[in-house]
Amino acid sequence: MAEGQIPIEEYETGNTKHKWNFKKIKSSHKVIAEYNYKKREIKNGFANSTLYINLRTNQIKEKKVTEDMKKKFTGGRGFGLKLLWDSIKPTTRWDSEDNNLIITTGPFCGITQYPGCGKSLCLTISPSTDIICDSNVGGFFGPYLKFSGFDAIEIQGKAKEDVVILIDGEKGKISIETAPLEETDSHLLNEQLTNMYASEDNEESRQNVSVVSAGTAAEHSYWGCLNFSFWDIRRKVARMKQAGRGGLGTVLRDKKIKAILAKVEKFSGLQNNPADPVTLAKLGTKIHKEIRNLDRYQCNMRTVGTGHLVEIMDEYDLLPTENYRFGSFPKASKIYSTNFYKLFTKIIPDGCWHGCTMACAKTVDGFTVMTGPYKGQKVTVDGPEYETIGCGANMGLWDPLWILEFNFYCDTYGLDTISTGTAIAFYMEMYEYGILNKERCDSLELCFGNAEAALEFIHRIAQGDKGEFLSVAKKGIRRMKDWLIEKKWGDRQLIEDTGMESKGLEYSEYVTKESLAMQGGYGLTLKGPQHDEAWLIFMDMVNNAIPTFEDKAEALHYFPMWRTWFGLNGLCKLPWNDVEPENNAETDDPSKVPEHVQNYVELQNAITGWNVDKKELILQSERCYNWQRAMNVWMGRGRRQDDWIPYRSMGPVTRMEYISRKERYDKQLAKILGLSEKEVEDMNIEKKMKLLYDYKQDQYQKLADAVYYRRGWTPNGVPTPKKMKQLGMDDPKMLKMIQKKIDEDEKAGLNVWGGRYKRGENPPSKDLHYW
Amino acid sequence: MNHPTTVKIIKFHAEKCKGCLECEKACSKVHFKTDDGQDKSAIHIYKVSSSYKMHVCNQCGLCIDMCPVGALTRRKNGVVTLDKNTCIGCQACVGFCPIEAMAKSDTRIEPFKCISCGACVRACPEKALELIEAKIDDIKKIVYHKQGA
Repeated sequence: MAEGQIPIEEYETGNTKHKWNFKKIKSSHKVIAEYNYKKREIKNGFANSTLYINLRTNQIKEKKVTEDMKKKFTGGRGFGLKLLWDSIKPTTRWDSEDNNLIITTGPFCGITQYPGCGKSLCLTISPSTDIICDSNVGGFFGPYLKFSGFDAIEIQGKAKEDVVILIDGEKGKISIETAPLEETDSHLLNEQLTNMYASEDNEESRQNVSVVSAGTAAEHSYWGCLNFSFWDIRRKVARMKQAGRGGLGTVLRDKKIKAILAKVEKFSGLQNNPADPVTLAKLGTKIHKEIRNLDRYQCNMRTVGTGHLVEIMDEYDLLPTENYRFGSFPKASKIYSTNFYKLFTKIIPDGCWHGCTMACAKTVDGFTVMTGPYKGQKVTVDGPEYETIGCGANMGLWDPLWILEFNFYCDTYGLDTISTGTAIAFYMEMYEYGILNKERCDSLELCFGNAEAALEFIHRIAQGDKGEFLSVAKKGIRRMKDWLIEKKWGDRQLIEDTGMESKGLEYSEYVTKESLAMQGGYGLTLKGPQHDEAWLIFMDMVNNAIPTFEDKAEALHYFPMWRTWFGLNGLCKLPWNDVEPENNAETDDPSKVPEHVQNYVELQNAITGWNVDKKELILQSERCYNWQRAMNVWMGRGRRQDDWIPYRSMGPVTRMEYISRKERYDKQLAKILGLSEKEVEDMNIEKKMKLLYDYKQDQYQKLADAVYYRRGWTPNGVPTPKKMKQLGMDDPKMLKMIQKKIDEDEKAGLNVWGGRYKRGENPPSKDLHYW
Repeated sequence: MNHPTTVKIIKFHAEKCKGCLECEKACSKVHFKTDDGQDKSAIHIYKVSSSYKMHVCNQCGLCIDMCPVGALTRRKNGVVTLDKNTCIGCQACVGFCPIEAMAKSDTRIEPFKCISCGACVRACPEKALELIEAKIDDIKKIVYHKQGA
C-alpha cells in the first residue's frame, strides 16, 4: 500500500467484515433516563459547562464552569481534580457507589491547527492504587464531548444492567439506555455503535461519532483500560486509543457502562472559538513544516511511531528484558522498529485527532489473529507503541507477530498493555525460580518467551476464569506479592524487590537502574510509576547534565510540572519534544525545547485570550499537582512511605543480574567505597550486592529529601498550607486537612529527612520546619 | 473505477510577464469574490532580480494523503480540489505541500488552492500564463514514508 492517493471509497484493509442486525440491537434498548439541553457556543476554548450523571439515581444535570475554577484548575485534568474533590470522600474506593469516573477536555482539546490537540484526560479512584489515577488518551471523544457543549463528563453510581450513555451533540440530548445485545469487546462494539448512531450511512457521519468502551477482560481485571474510538474514513475501521493506566476501564465496567458515545454534527476548524485564529494557523503551519522537514532525521514518528525507541533503549541498556533483569538482549533486534515498519500500513493520515501530522498512531491492517475467540479473523491492530513492544521484551517475546497478537487482545479486551505485560513478566520470573509453577498457575506454563501461555492467560481473564492463581494474578503485581508471601512460596525480600510496582501500579517500560533521577521520575509521582511525569534517563545517565541532588530535584520539579501542563489543556506531549527545531541544540536549555515552550505560551493565549508567560504555565501545573498530592494525603497515601520503589528499579536484585553487568557494578562500588577495582573484584558477590543495595536505597531517600524540599513539601512529602496559599489554592477544607495530617506526622516523628547524611554531607535544610 | 490520467496545470512564460498582478486579482475573485489578490489568491507572481517568477499548485496531489477528513480529492478532470465544507482547517496540507503552494488567507481558517479554472490565464493581458495538459503519472507525488533519513 505505498502507491498513495487511493480514493477513500476504494481503500481496502482486507479485514474480516461483520454483518449485524442493527435494528434488532437498537430495538432491544430501553431508555432509562433522558435530558435535553440547550447548546451553547464554545468560547475561547471552553464550553463553560460540565455534565453530571448518576447511574444509581439516573440524575442527569449540568454544572457551570466558573472563572474561579479556570483560574485555579485551568482545565482538563485540573477540572477533573476539582470535580473529584467536590464529589468523593477520603474513604471512596474504586468500586464505591460514589466513585466518580471523569473524562475531561481542556481549552486546547478540539483545536485542529496544532498537532496533539485531541487529548481527553480521564480520572477516577484506581483499583490498583486506591488513589486518583489520571490517564490521557487520544481519539475523537474529547473534542466531540466539548463540541457537544461540555468541558467534562462525570459519572457516579452504578447501573443495574449494562447501559450505554449517549451524548447527542446534534440534538442537544443525553440519554441512558440499556444495551443488552451489543458486543462487549471494543473492536466490535465500537464498530457496532458507530454504525448504529451515525446520522447517515456515510464515512463523514461515522467520523462524527466517537465511542468510549472497555472490553470483557476489564470486567475482571484491575488493568481495565478505556478505548477511545476514532473512525478512520479510509480503513473504515473504528480505530482506538487507550487511556491505559490505573484501571479506568475496570471502573467503567463496574458501573455497568458498556459504552459512552458522543456524536456531533459537522464542525469547523474554529469550533473552539479561539481568541486569535490567525496565530493558531501560523503556529500550526510552522510546526507542520518542522515535522515535514525534520521528523525523518530525528524520531521517525510518522513512519513507526514511538516504536523507534526500541533500538535506542536496547543500545543504552534500558530496554526492560525478562522483568527488567536486563536492559538489552541479543534477540532484541528482532523487535526493532524496522520489523514493525514492514508490517505497518503507510501513506495514511494517522493522527488520533485531526491535524496531528506527527501521526504516531500506526496500524497493521489485515492482521490474522492467531489465538482465542477471533482466531482466523483479519483485523486492524492499532499500534504497537514503544511500551507494548517493551512488554514483549519483558516477557521474552521476540516475535513481532506475537507482540501484535498481545496488543490486539489487550486492546479489544480492554486491558492496559503496560500493566498486563509488566505483571506477566513478574509472574514469569517467579515461575523461573519455582516460586510459581504449572500447578500453582492454574496449569499455565508461564515461563519467559511462552507467548501461547501469555495469550491464554489473557483469554482466561476475559472469560472470567475463577482459578486461584487467575483470581489474584488479574489484580496485578501488588496482590500477587501479597499472595505469594502469604503462601510462603518464596523469599519475601526477593518477591518485594523484583515485582515492578509502586503504589500498586505496574511500572512502564524503562530500566532505571543507572539513573537515580529516573528512579525518582517513577517513584516520586502522584499516581504511580509511569513515564508521564518525567523522563530524565538521558539527561541524567547519558549526558550527566544533572549531577547533584539539587540538580536532580530541580529537574524533578520542572519536568513533572511541565508535563502536567499538557494534561490541563487536553494536549499530547509528543509534539513538544519528539520533534525539535533545527537549532534546538544551540539554545540555552535544549532539554526544555524553548521554542516549543514559547509556541505553547502563544497558543494558550491565542485560544483563551489570556495573557500568560512561560512561568504562569508552570504555576498552572503546580496548583493542580499539589492539589492532587494533597488529595492523595487525604485518602491516606501520598507520604514518603508511599513513594517506595522496588529495588529492581535501582540495582541488581539477583546474582545473575550483578554478574551480567559485573564490570559496571564493580566500578560503581570502587568509587562509592574509595577502593581500587582490584580490591572490589576480590570481595564476595553477596557482600558487594548488599553494599550496593544499601548505597542505592540511601541515594533514593536523599533524592526524595531534595525533591520534597524543592516542591515545597514537608520532609514526609506533604504539600504545606503555606505552599498551597502561595499558589492561590485557599480552599479552607483542604488547608485544614493538610495541617491536620502534618500535625499527625509531627507527632509520629515522621517529619524527618530520609537520607543518612555523613560528615560533610548536608540535608536540604537543617531546619526541619523550613516551610 | 476509472481514474483520470491527465490534468491541466498552469505554465508560466516569464519573458512575457510585466508583473501587473491581474492574475492574482482574478484568482481572489474566484476564491473570495474580491480583487484584493495577494493572500487571497492561489497564484503568486514574484519579482526576482529583473524577471518574474510564478508560484502556484502543480496538482501533484501529495496533499490528498495528508487530509484526515477527505476534503482533498482528485476530481474526474484530474484537478486536486479542496472541499471547503468538509475541511476542518488543520493546515496539514499547507505545512506539507512540497512547494508550499497550498494557499491560506487570514480571513478564513480553511486553505484554498489552484483549481486550474483558467481565470488567471484569461485575465493576463500579456498572455504570460497558459493552461497545459500534464500526465498525472509524471507529476504525482506521495507523502514521505520511508523509515530513516
